[in-house]
Amino acid sequence: MAQSHTVSVLDESADAHRLLDSGLDGNWEDAGGMFTVGTALETDALIEAGIERADAFVAATNGDNTNLVIAQIAQKRFNVDKVVVRVLDPNRARWYGEQGLTTICPTQAGIDMLTAAVQDGAGSGAVGI
Amino acid sequence: MYVLVVGGGKVGLNLTRELMQKGNEVTLIEADRRRYAMLEPQLEHVVQFGDGTELWVLEQVGVERADMVIAVTGDDEDNIIISQVAREKYGRESIIARCNNIRNMEHFELLGIRPVVSSTDLILRLIEHEVPQYGLVHLLTLQVENLEIIEVEASPGSPAAGTRVDELDLPEDCLVIAVLRDGGGMVPRGDMVIEPGDEVLLVLSPNIEGDITRLFDAPGDSFA
Repeated sequence: MAQSHTVSVLDESADAHRLLDSGLDGNWEDAGGMFTVGTALETDALIEAGIERADAFVAATNGDNTNLVIAQIAQKRFNVDKVVVRVLDPNRARWYGEQGLTTICPTQAGIDMLTAAVQDGAGSGAVGI
Repeated sequence: MYVLVVGGGKVGLNLTRELMQKGNEVTLIEADRRRYAMLEPQLEHVVQFGDGTELWVLEQVGVERADMVIAVTGDDEDNIIISQVAREKYGRESIIARCNNIRNMEHFELLGIRPVVSSTDLILRLIEHEVPQYGLVHLLTLQVENLEIIEVEASPGSPAAGTRVDELDLPEDCLVIAVLRDGGGMVPRGDMVIEPGDEVLLVLSPNIEGDITRLFDAPGDSFA
């Protein structure tokens, strides 16, 4: 939203709105955001949140399989151009990535960063446990 | 046959037992540690602990040689992913998925997962079969011969009411065998006209009742 896009958030908990408000002068809606309460597999909730006119869709619930399913719904049913999926499991992230989904794997990203840090820090004597 | 069952709830457990009894090799995957501990004494090595949506778990239990994969967890997203991965990554052709929430059925369809079993759907179909919907009663089912005899009332205003028997727009595999009127029964000839309120007996192959009810039902009085 800081890059002046319109962002619509769908969450199953109304409490999530408080998180969106935090750090803003006004509330989330004043800042131009949209918020819908519902679960991602409810087609009606997705439509209410505006999926039909979305240019991009991010599936970032706390469930890998939920994300993989709704991302495919966004892609195949609503023809959203850009679909990004959070998948914690590196194997599933890799395989679905090969099938044409843009998967982001925080686990793999963490492993890469840690590996890089270990290599950079080699010989410095720093040991983290 | 080697069958992989994912999800060890009531459905998964009973399915596993039945399949074993019929002489199949079965592996049941259960992701919940406590449920697994309950299943293990009964099923021993047949049940494996693990998340059946993880590729390495599926590989460990030999998904590649499974003749059939059955996804019956309590979570529809999981069942979709298991089915999708089994088919598209591991090339399994026989897959059965369970749909827990009938509203998710459209997602299974969208992703080409079939057949899908939904208990809500099954019960609804049973209700349709058992309850005389549109005044349709199943009198006799000849399972082996694949025929049934039904009784249906010609509603006033229906396409059938006022129509000659030989001009009824009946589907194939269907024949009018009797008409009950004013407490009596008649074996109709082609020129007999069906009157509103007549009870009509038909012999037909199952699954074409829909076409019959359209014929004997007045537009607008269906309960669906």
